[in-house]
Amino acid sequence: MSATMTEENSKASTRPSLLSRPMGVLAINVAAVVAGIALWAAVTTQGVVGLPTPLAVAHQAVIQAQNGLLWSDAAASLGRVFSGFALGIAVAIPVGFLMGWYRTARGIIEPYVQFFRTIPPLAIIPLAIVTMGIDETPKIFVIFLASFLSSVIATYQGVVNVDKTLINAARVLGANDFAIFRRVIVPASLPYIMVGVRIGLGSSWATVVAAELIAAQSGLGFRMQQAQLYYDLPTIFVSLIAIGVLGLIMDRIVITLDNTMTAWQEKL
Amino acid sequence: MSIKISFQNVTKTYFFAGQNSFNALQSLNLDIEDGEFITVVGPSGCGKSTAMNIAAGLTTPSSGQVLVDNVPVKGPGPERGVIFQQYALFPWLTVRENVEFGLKIARHPKMERRRIADRFIGLVGLTDFADALPKTLSGGMKQRCAIARAYAVNPKILLMDEPFGALDALTRVQLQDQLLATWEAERRTVMFITHDVDEAVYLASRVVVMAARPGRLHKIVPVDLPYPRTEEMRLSPEFSNLRNEVWRSVYHPATA
Repeated sequence: MSATMTEENSKASTRPSLLSRPMGVLAINVAAVVAGIALWAAVTTQGVVGLPTPLAVAHQAVIQAQNGLLWSDAAASLGRVFSGFALGIAVAIPVGFLMGWYRTARGIIEPYVQFFRTIPPLAIIPLAIVTMGIDETPKIFVIFLASFLSSVIATYQGVVNVDKTLINAARVLGANDFAIFRRVIVPASLPYIMVGVRIGLGSSWATVVAAELIAAQSGLGFRMQQAQLYYDLPTIFVSLIAIGVLGLIMDRIVITLDNTMTAWQEKL
Repeated sequence: MSIKISFQNVTKTYFFAGQNSFNALQSLNLDIEDGEFITVVGPSGCGKSTAMNIAAGLTTPSSGQVLVDNVPVKGPGPERGVIFQQYALFPWLTVRENVEFGLKIARHPKMERRRIADRFIGLVGLTDFADALPKTLSGGMKQRCAIARAYAVNPKILLMDEPFGALDALTRVQLQDQLLATWEAERRTVMFITHDVDEAVYLASRVVVMAARPGRLHKIVPVDLPYPRTEEMRLSPEFSNLRNEVWRSVYHPATA
């Protein structure tokens, strides 16, 4: 019994499987994507479903990239996301700390946060348009709301979950409340805040696209909405893929940021 | 010798919903002399950690008081260093930054902080790991770092709450010897909580035995073995007699 186990172990260490190497997983990822596109091409060239072929979509993407529409749309969407998201995070972090640190603040703010969290940010759009007009303000406001609501809870959870022993350790070393906040609470809740930032960015991105579908004169969502009127499927696909790729890139950036900022964490 | 820590009729009662209450500690009277190393041993629920937390200022007593240098304890303070079982190192700080933490709070200048920190890091044998993050250290190394951090703010008293409780037997014995060596080089008043009878006898000049339900002082066993303590002492008949005495009073206390 033990002999077979040792044998298996040595086999595993001398000849690692494809999956145990990072490059191996990447290779499988790439193969899966290529296979998916091939399947898409196979299905659409047969005319089985009325969708554009990958080639038609790529062609449309090149056209849009050349005439600059793709870039200006992406810039418009990203601009909205970043202004709303930055504002949302900038407000959510202090409010989250306030909620975690002061019981009274928690009592006042929490019912509002919990209530508005149950309303999809998009549902605010009609109200925002009526009260704020049709320019950038309502869109940025809705994104602000989306990122604020998801980050504020995470920050608050981070503060509440700080290990009490760490607070006691700081206290017995002579730290007052302000020093405990600055030197223990803030760094200890950073991993939670980063989770909030990640979720906030995701929901901001989802919200901007939807907001542009409803009311905008530019942006990837607006482009799709226009293409829909002309039954321009390749353009819809170009916008969708651009939305996905940009969302993925943003998420990766946040993950990288998180990994460098919270490298001290003991990860499983 | 003067009295450093004095527990005066210290009682801690926890009240639960309804009429239930629980006497974690009942009328503890205990004087600890300046520079003394006492260990407190007893079963779970005997109030040993409660007593230490009250002395640390992390828990307030229901009645009675703890005097340190004849001044009642009102809250935590850097003159009473605490070492926790869970190490409680700040995981985002390196070993050196952890040791410098209290000095930073006390606004020591940078060069001085560094000098003091490096001295105590050296004393606990972590010089090679001064720039390491806690996650890269073993349990024993983490606790050595915590000891250096407590020493760095120059406390008059060290309160240790089962500091070696989470370590394996061999590391534990090594850290006991190292702690005694540090204590002999930097003499402080130590109150060391443990549930390990061997550890209690090996470290202490007096072993305080406590009993549970309600938490109370049961017996004080003086340990008449000279410092430095050695491995031979650990294996000597005198040690074994003391250990038996403590063991019996821990596990077969007279009923209240």
